[in-house]
Amino acid sequence: MAEVLKKTPLYETHVKNGGRIVDFGGWALPVQFTGIKEEHNGCRTHAALWDVSNMGELLVEGKEALDLLQMILVNDVSKIYPGKLIYSPMCYPDGGIVDDLLVMCLAEDKYWLIVNGANIEKDVEWIQPIVRYFNGTVFKDISGNIAQLAIQGPNSVKIMEQLTQYPVNEIRYYHGIEDVDVAGVVCLVTRTGYTGEDGFELYCQADKGPELYEAVVEAGKGHGLVLAGLGCRDTLRFEASMSLYGHELDEDHTPLEAGLGRTVAFDKGTYFIGSKALMKQREKGLKVKLVGIEMVGKGVPRNGYKVFDEAGEKEIGYVTTGTFTPYLKKYLAMAYVPVEHSQRGAGLNIEIRGRKVPARVVRMPFYRREVKKR
Amino acid sequence: MKYPENLKYTKDHEWVRMEGGKAQVGITFYAQDQLGDVVFLELPEVGTEVEAGVMFATVESVKAVSDVYAPVSGKIVEVNEALNDSPELVNEDPYNNGWMCVIELSGPSEFDNLMDSNAYQKLVEKGGE
Repeated sequence: MAEVLKKTPLYETHVKNGGRIVDFGGWALPVQFTGIKEEHNGCRTHAALWDVSNMGELLVEGKEALDLLQMILVNDVSKIYPGKLIYSPMCYPDGGIVDDLLVMCLAEDKYWLIVNGANIEKDVEWIQPIVRYFNGTVFKDISGNIAQLAIQGPNSVKIMEQLTQYPVNEIRYYHGIEDVDVAGVVCLVTRTGYTGEDGFELYCQADKGPELYEAVVEAGKGHGLVLAGLGCRDTLRFEASMSLYGHELDEDHTPLEAGLGRTVAFDKGTYFIGSKALMKQREKGLKVKLVGIEMVGKGVPRNGYKVFDEAGEKEIGYVTTGTFTPYLKKYLAMAYVPVEHSQRGAGLNIEIRGRKVPARVVRMPFYRREVKKR
Repeated sequence: MKYPENLKYTKDHEWVRMEGGKAQVGITFYAQDQLGDVVFLELPEVGTEVEAGVMFATVESVKAVSDVYAPVSGKIVEVNEALNDSPELVNEDPYNNGWMCVIELSGPSEFDNLMDSNAYQKLVEKGGE
């Protein structure tokens, strides 16, 4: 590792806790603490804690902030209000994806874009030139000032209740509250996550990150909280069939092809970047589509492996993510294939080290948590 | 004991246990630790001829695929079928229940070219290869 890796405020904490540090898109972050399987299943059955301070936060503020966001994002940002979040892809004019992100509405004229760590610079370069068309809009990368932790899993509420007086269980999914005192640290607390489980994400001042992390670890004792690395973050999001930029999402595929049609608000009443291309694609119909795949033969499908038709003769697509999923204990993949091969149950082959191994299209999400009935 | 003294080792992180002209083979503690949770193995079939230094099996963990090289030349006479259902044995017990196969040596002298526990440990402490 010749180049100097970026460190989050939690770096020293991870080293102390025995995290196995790797280069993750230029960031020195732990890939695992005790092991991917144990951390993965710990999150599904109890709770898990991550440092996700590599994520970016971009501040958008001003009277025309909403107009700017409506222009650059495909979802309808006018639907959110202070304390509410929305997920949206951000597209190029041809419908390809710049990034996918969360928008947090902090006030009527103040928003945060929470973006992928690896895309911060690209996003800023994309958005910056558009900002000047929106009078008085402040656009600023504040990522360096903020630490972000994720607490996920069925015991997250119990753990949070030990850390704060605020009735966290009243925060609804995709809602957030600012200025919550969590173990003496002022946080933005959101009910969001990237694991398929219930949980929270906490944003605080960068230098308070280690203090907050230690407090969560302490509160998690007795609730089965595991320290988690990026390895199981990937297997958890994959098992829950959530897309990851650079794998399922990229500039060569549109949100419609990626199965994110519900996030494209054609009816939002304003022009947005990518709308013409996406409208045209919707009218013409899709040629390729992201599908879920389960292995029928033996083998582990991996990112980049070729997908062949049922006869194993014609190459028809490629795997975007694939692995053994520790909770479902299945060998699964997501892949882009032509729509004529995308029906549930359709037979395919995955080429694994020169051998064609039978597989079939299955429904997504692979995993969906059981929601307790009230 | 991370690297038992009664075993021999390769620079590619396989171990070998001699049992009367036959070599039992697996991957070392270091190899399984670097790989993480093993979830799948592709082992050769009984009867396959293997050549020292040539890939003969594949180990897959949640995050990575790794080739296993034959530490000695010879014929595969036994494979550990238990790993089909319990690949995690490679992590839990790399030198005993996590063994992968038994090779009947075609040239027993090859065995002397492998590293002993001390030499292997030094290699691993340098960070492997």
